[in-house]
Amino acid sequence: MSEINGHGVNGGGVDGGGPLALSLVPKTDAKQTMKDFKTDQEVRWCPGCGDYAILAAVQSFLPELGLRRENITFVSGIGCSSRFPYYMNTYGFHSIHGRAPAIATGLATSRPDLSVWVVTGDGDALSIGGNHLIHALRRNVNLKILLFNNRIYGLTKGQYSPTSETGKITKSTPMGSLDAPFNPLSLAIGAEGTFVARTIDSDRKHLHSVLRAAAEHRGTALVEIYQNCNIFNDGAFDPLKDASVRDDITVRLEDKQPIVFGAEGQKALRRTRTGSFEVVNTADVDPSEIAVHDASNPDPSQAFALSRLDSPAFEHTPIGIFRNVDRPSYDELMRDQLDEAAESQGKGDLAALLASGDTWRVD
Amino acid sequence: MTKQVQQLDRVIIRFAGDSGDGMQLTGDRFTQETAAFGNDLSTLPNFPAEIRAPAGTLPGVSSFQLHFADHDILTPGDAPNVLVAMNPAALKANLGDLPRGADLIVNTDEFTKRNLAKVGYAASPVEDESLSEFRVHALPLTSMTVKALADFDISKKDAERAKNMFALGLLCWLYHRPTEGTVSFLERKFAKKPEIMKANIAAFQAGWSFGETTEAFSVQYEIKPAEHAPGLYRNITGNTALAYGLVAAGERSGLPVFLGSYPITPASDILHELSRHKRFGVRTFQAEDEIAAVGAALGASFGGSLGVTTTSGPGIALKSETIGLAVATELPLLVIDVQRAGPSTGLPTKTEQADLMQAMYGRNGEAPVPVVAPRSPSDCFDAALEAARIAVKYRTPVIVLSDGYLANGSEPWKIPAVDSLPMIEPGFAEADQDDFQPFRRDPETLARPWAVPGTPGLEHRIGGLEKADGSGNISYDGANHDKMVRLRQAKVDGIANDVEPLEVDDPSGEARVLVLGWGGTYGAISAAVRRVRKSGGTIAQAHLRHLNPFPANTEAVLRSYDKVVVPEINLGQLAMLLRGRFLIDVVSYNRVRGLPFKAEELAGVIRDVIDSE
Repeated sequence: MSEINGHGVNGGGVDGGGPLALSLVPKTDAKQTMKDFKTDQEVRWCPGCGDYAILAAVQSFLPELGLRRENITFVSGIGCSSRFPYYMNTYGFHSIHGRAPAIATGLATSRPDLSVWVVTGDGDALSIGGNHLIHALRRNVNLKILLFNNRIYGLTKGQYSPTSETGKITKSTPMGSLDAPFNPLSLAIGAEGTFVARTIDSDRKHLHSVLRAAAEHRGTALVEIYQNCNIFNDGAFDPLKDASVRDDITVRLEDKQPIVFGAEGQKALRRTRTGSFEVVNTADVDPSEIAVHDASNPDPSQAFALSRLDSPAFEHTPIGIFRNVDRPSYDELMRDQLDEAAESQGKGDLAALLASGDTWRVD
Repeated sequence: MTKQVQQLDRVIIRFAGDSGDGMQLTGDRFTQETAAFGNDLSTLPNFPAEIRAPAGTLPGVSSFQLHFADHDILTPGDAPNVLVAMNPAALKANLGDLPRGADLIVNTDEFTKRNLAKVGYAASPVEDESLSEFRVHALPLTSMTVKALADFDISKKDAERAKNMFALGLLCWLYHRPTEGTVSFLERKFAKKPEIMKANIAAFQAGWSFGETTEAFSVQYEIKPAEHAPGLYRNITGNTALAYGLVAAGERSGLPVFLGSYPITPASDILHELSRHKRFGVRTFQAEDEIAAVGAALGASFGGSLGVTTTSGPGIALKSETIGLAVATELPLLVIDVQRAGPSTGLPTKTEQADLMQAMYGRNGEAPVPVVAPRSPSDCFDAALEAARIAVKYRTPVIVLSDGYLANGSEPWKIPAVDSLPMIEPGFAEADQDDFQPFRRDPETLARPWAVPGTPGLEHRIGGLEKADGSGNISYDGANHDKMVRLRQAKVDGIANDVEPLEVDDPSGEARVLVLGWGGTYGAISAAVRRVRKSGGTIAQAHLRHLNPFPANTEAVLRSYDKVVVPEINLGQLAMLLRGRFLIDVVSYNRVRGLPFKAEELAGVIRDVIDSE
């Protein structure tokens, strides 16, 4: 690294073009492939784990961004998914249970020339680290948070998680869990998240498109990824993967498009008077009654209502980008204050600072 | 009338009143005038944890003690020569500290039946014989202030609130203090409320004139300026000095400073101060909690900033896991602990030295962390720079143990020349090395490379899992773990040879007893040592700045004395470390009253040990 100046921006190689979130991240001219992002470390997830598919998707999508590899950093907490950085040939920081958003906040806020990714799980992000997650979201720190949601604790061998359905029988809840689960997307929208999306480990194409939009988002992007734990919670998302039913229950959100779903587009969503959504037969309603998805609407109530459609029973599960609004990112705002201070007061002069206030001279 | 002028070599004044009476401000202004006049000084603010405890009650009493002299002094003084008591509660709370013959200025307007009853006085002590051993100046300060401000277009309440300025004016007259600084201070402070500004200045001047004309005071005192080395001086508190030290560390290393902090007494002022210095590129981040504060600081360190977190003891408890991660990942990190009385919430505004063991051992696993402790308010500046030097050079978290007394206390500081400050070399790993190994160590320091994101060719992964020596890959190998544990320990132990040796003050060279302290007790111990020597005792003194590791000569120093006395504001934590490390049975002296030691108390302790020889 050539230098870090007072504002922490890496010198050289900054391309002014492209989306704002990545405008300060140096680009590469070299052609990258998926292989460039693999490490020599043996991947140690259980055979059949959904994490493999997500890892492959991330490694194969990153070349699309054309960023210098050394300017990408993955930060994780603790849990199965948090081993992710070891398998990415970028900079990486495997940190403490729940604290990845906090650690990544310091990194992203001081280094706008980095593309910073947080890899976390439902226990890591929503239980022990819930506080950091909501505060990163409200601040709109320039982080891309991949929340691998398998609705179970894997690394500690199978206790229920904050997204497990109530009544879940696990090692720690032999008579069933008592807790009501979190809906991660409702939580993120409630925490003033500016980019909130959901995708699924088994759908590489969809994963790619959501990851790309997240990477380019200005500020915090939260991507919930439904991920199968084939050891402790196998089949948790089977209805969304079963070819015979998935099209009937998966609501694929497309921005500015009417929300219709089903193999033939035979179902649609209509807003009720209370603001929630109801499922209707497309043929039975006037097209004007069908809700049009509007991810960039500053009012989060529609995105929130969409997030409430999902339930552990998977009657209807929206995937895609629920919310994507533009708001200055935290590092931009902080940088602006530093620039403003240097401009209005002049650049810092240490001798003058030390001698500020009431002084006297002894001869 | 012509007043008699009496020369004094030193005075201790205590301003005491209700928390809403502005006593801290009054004390601070008197301090600034005293500093500008050229006396040496030391201050001790003492205030309740409550922002506004019920008015007129004992828990609501706030005080500010100032010791100033025509010579070099070391402490804010044991007992005040003058007590200004703005109400009965202030009198009652502070009377016990007042020596016979002391001056007592009381604001009689507040000695109403109701206020007296609030603190359990059946009758006014000003009017009976109970204060006969003091020189009592019973003055209606509030009504004199209101009268002096009769012509101002302000409310009665605002007029009454200016009584602290009246008292300040009177004290400034009594001790020949300059007044220009306070006038210009009031002009700045109330720039947006001109009428209030003029009224406060008028109250201040009325207090001064009252002293000049009244018969209540027949004597005016003079304390000549102290001899100071030539140079430019200012008065500085420990927290401000620490903040400046952090800015200086950033400037002298070329590293951008990143402070992650969560508000906590008595450390918050460092956050406030640093947040004002954005023009230096200092980033301050008020985090959602203590854990996020240190986490963000460590994340910034990973990215090549000088990561800093500031807190007090309860915050350290929450940060422990992240400090352990900094030990494991071997990244520079500054952790500032402004200690307060514990355990748990304890006494948030009172001082203590009881976090030493927490700093040393408060983490899981073998997690050695260098510990540095400043000895005086102005020394917080140097301690911050020294901590930054060690953190960056050795790629390690460093804990700085300040305390509430140092944080809020103040003293004159000879402003150092920027060129004289140490340079800190970040020594980032260079790009595109063949066979880069993130845990290959410098053979001399045992520090690993600091390879920050953005550096081509050095992409690597760090984390809390044990890493293989050299390659930094995850390793579950027991032999490797044993090696890494020992390497991390050896790295920190090796710092002993890279810090100033423990210096002993033993003028006669014949002392058989050594008094050894650490951190904020330096002033009180040194003042006690002076007293002992003045009365014919022979005593050596040393003070530890580095608690981990101890300077290389520490054991030799301790062994060259028959007895070692270790006064601490805890129950013997340094004593336990010394016994454990060196098998030397030091004499431990401990008090945990939330206040600094008194010089006379320690002098007695030292004399007793000498006499028992």
